[in-house]
Amino acid sequence: MTPDPQSKLVKLDYAVLQQCIHCGMCLPTCPTYNETGRERNSPRGRISLMRAIADGELDVTREFGEEMSYCLGCLACVTACPAGVDYATLIETSRAEVERTGVLDKPGRNFIRWFFFRVVFTRPRMLRGLGRLLRFWQRSGAQAWSRKVGLMRLLPRRLRELEPQTPVMCAKFSNALIAPVEKPASGEIRYRVLVLTGCVQDLAFSDVNRATVDVLLANGCEVLTPPTQSCCGSLQIHNGDDDTSRLLARRQLDEVDLSRIDAIISNAGGCGSHLRHYGKLLKDEPKYAERAAEWTRKLRDIHEWLVEIDYRKPRAAPESFGGNVATPLTYQESCHLCHGQKVTRQPREILKSIPGVAYKECAEASWCCGAAGIYSMTQPTTSAWLQERKIGHLGATGARVVASANPGCHLQIQNGFRTRASADPLAEPRVVHPIVLLAEAYAAEKKNSG
Amino acid sequence: MQAPDFIPALRSAVPGVTLLTSREDLLPYGFDGTATLKGKPACAIFPRNTREVSTIIQFAREHRIPVVTRGSGTGLSGGSVPVDRCIVLCLVDMNRILELDTKNLTLMAEPGVLTQRIFDAADAAGLFYPPDPGSMKISTIGGNVAENAGGLRGLKYGVTRNYVMGLEVVLPDGSVVWLGNKCVKDVAGYNLRDLFIGSEGTLGVVTKVLLKLLPKPAARQTLLATYASMDAAAETVSAIIAEKIIPCTLEFLDQRTLRCVEAHASVGLPVEAEALLLIETDGHPDAVADEAARIEAICSRHHAIAVRRAATTEEAVRLATARRSAFSALARMRPTTILEDATVPRSELANMIRFINEAAKRHNVTVATFGHFGDGNLHPTFLTDERDADEMHRVELAMREIFDHTFSLGGTITGEHGVGLAKKAFLPQQLGDASLNLLKAIKRTLDPHGLMNPGKIFDLETPAATGTQSHDA
Repeated sequence: MTPDPQSKLVKLDYAVLQQCIHCGMCLPTCPTYNETGRERNSPRGRISLMRAIADGELDVTREFGEEMSYCLGCLACVTACPAGVDYATLIETSRAEVERTGVLDKPGRNFIRWFFFRVVFTRPRMLRGLGRLLRFWQRSGAQAWSRKVGLMRLLPRRLRELEPQTPVMCAKFSNALIAPVEKPASGEIRYRVLVLTGCVQDLAFSDVNRATVDVLLANGCEVLTPPTQSCCGSLQIHNGDDDTSRLLARRQLDEVDLSRIDAIISNAGGCGSHLRHYGKLLKDEPKYAERAAEWTRKLRDIHEWLVEIDYRKPRAAPESFGGNVATPLTYQESCHLCHGQKVTRQPREILKSIPGVAYKECAEASWCCGAAGIYSMTQPTTSAWLQERKIGHLGATGARVVASANPGCHLQIQNGFRTRASADPLAEPRVVHPIVLLAEAYAAEKKNSG
Repeated sequence: MQAPDFIPALRSAVPGVTLLTSREDLLPYGFDGTATLKGKPACAIFPRNTREVSTIIQFAREHRIPVVTRGSGTGLSGGSVPVDRCIVLCLVDMNRILELDTKNLTLMAEPGVLTQRIFDAADAAGLFYPPDPGSMKISTIGGNVAENAGGLRGLKYGVTRNYVMGLEVVLPDGSVVWLGNKCVKDVAGYNLRDLFIGSEGTLGVVTKVLLKLLPKPAARQTLLATYASMDAAAETVSAIIAEKIIPCTLEFLDQRTLRCVEAHASVGLPVEAEALLLIETDGHPDAVADEAARIEAICSRHHAIAVRRAATTEEAVRLATARRSAFSALARMRPTTILEDATVPRSELANMIRFINEAAKRHNVTVATFGHFGDGNLHPTFLTDERDADEMHRVELAMREIFDHTFSLGGTITGEHGVGLAKKAFLPQQLGDASLNLLKAIKRTLDPHGLMNPGKIFDLETPAATGTQSHDA
């Protein structure tokens, strides 16, 4: 058997595959290996399959495709790997190869992928339109009614199980909350930054985007927030559609004049992790390579940026703490923030600096919660197992507030607590983005002084 | 790929047991932690208890199928690399700690229990399981016993062998034997327990391990000493031993290693230093304070540039954890990382280090060296590329010279990784005919059909299926 020259795994620099010395240090940190105890469900096992394809020892099979889908892409193995294996590139390339060869193709799957990855998520206006429709459904009573009369039972089983997880849409999306240009009230401009509002963040957590702008303004940043923004392409590249992902990256670069900007700010772990890789993604495209490299240089996670510019420590506790001087709070890491972007210290530093916070570290804080992009939809069993494990650890801290910096994690944790706490609604802690808490603390200062 | 004929019969012999046969399932069982070695097993099977292991072994004997036992597959000599068309007997599902006896200070575990879990279970009871191989977070106790694994604490506490009080073993004919007990003293009959420790799965399958635990040391102190030359570091080690101090840990890292480790772990190692000693002393608080002060003085006398104490227990743990990643971290440098395990009497350390560096220079190959200096156990690591035949040839030449020199100093080809496949070619020279024939006689007696991990440690004159090959990438 000779390797297929068209294979994306064959075209990939062989050194990336060779970097894995199969020492096994990744195994204890891999959630799927922990679930099954089988090598094929581990990072080094998957890499051995990828290498077998590159070596022409294995065809891209349906089993291979399913294995690549079973991987969460949480990148815990990247943190654990002493050898510095670039697993992100390996899994992205493999998933793209799975799509290229079509081993997982099914009409329904193909349609859903096309509709979401290539149609909806490449058209920001259409995405917001869908968001508005969804909000109407949720708010008009139609959703409650159909749940009550059991209409949901008519849905296919998978959809029926997913329906309760649907995020609640915001009344106003980011463009209605944030002006395209906002200047610090103090008048002094230390930096000029661009804020990326994301897709799910924009629809379901536009308050996080507003809070992001608020804390930046409070720290002397002039904030540019284009009202209509493209999807960053992380959804696509994490699911094997690298072509669309590159298209979206080029579009992002076309929309921004980087020379006027000190930093590009992302507040969602999953997006940020991918946004940082534009340099690598477009390195072979002469028209974009240089700008993409600049983009990567300037890309910052919001927590990282605030610590870098020595943000002002808040002097008041958020009003939401209700005067509690020691509100137990824990931090749940977004995988792509801690493993993908290596930002672990800064969110904790910010949370601990907020008056009224009694910080509790959580066991397995850097373990995936099972959200993992669209994993909760594609692999519901493993996702639910991880969710339960996560909720158990979070619950054990006794935290009344769980801070997390990625919309997917936010929803997964919130849903997890909701399912568990249905008997006792008081047991459900508040799930919130760290930056929202910081913004609340800044806002409380003003109230105190005013 | 067509599954071998015996699969349905095996499946019905051990109903309910996971049996993997697809290509996608088996490729990941084709290797262990050793570079460039792989094989193609016929199947991988995951027994849950001794009875099932025994049934599988009897089945294999009846059908004359080789069996390669493995745990997490982190070995560094190819001991658990499958031979072609074998049954991979994977024991990770036998993962229960069966008993922690705090009256007799023993722990009984199934072979698939992770080493880290054994350490943690002992630790939680105020006890201490010292052997800590680099892969302890994922290595299994069964694998540790099979390879007689060492670790960072060998100098004071010895290796896995020193903590095994008893073993349950399934012999190649399927019978189950118990060797040893909870008695501190026992001289009844031959000490067959020790025969199985380090036997690399060639004599039987360990299905239970009875381990000795120690009281947890009351205090520990970690020191970091940096040097401008490897010689000075080596001399410091000799001086510490000569002054009759036995630290718990006395680890060495050369500059290449310490840069790679720092790149991975970011624990603040001094990357400008030529050499680094990581020293830990443990025991009674007064003794620890006294030893730490004396070690500091010895380091300074032997031209250490700086000696730093770990400020907290967490920092000490971080440093030791970082050190354990040394081998894997070295993979950052070149595509292929070939790790050796040469060990010499401690008085010959400086000599050996010098020779390794000269040999590397002579053959124009890159070597990074780290290891358990206190034990005389070095890990010269060749950083190379398996696709470059010429360079690989030069690596072999340098390796051969290093082993010859090891022998001339009264050393051994392997201090803690085992012979497996990787060091097999060098064993006859070390043991000599008479000793090697004794090994073979034992193997033939216990495993007359040569089915248990065939081709490992040595080849019998009529080798069974030994299809494992070096793979050309």
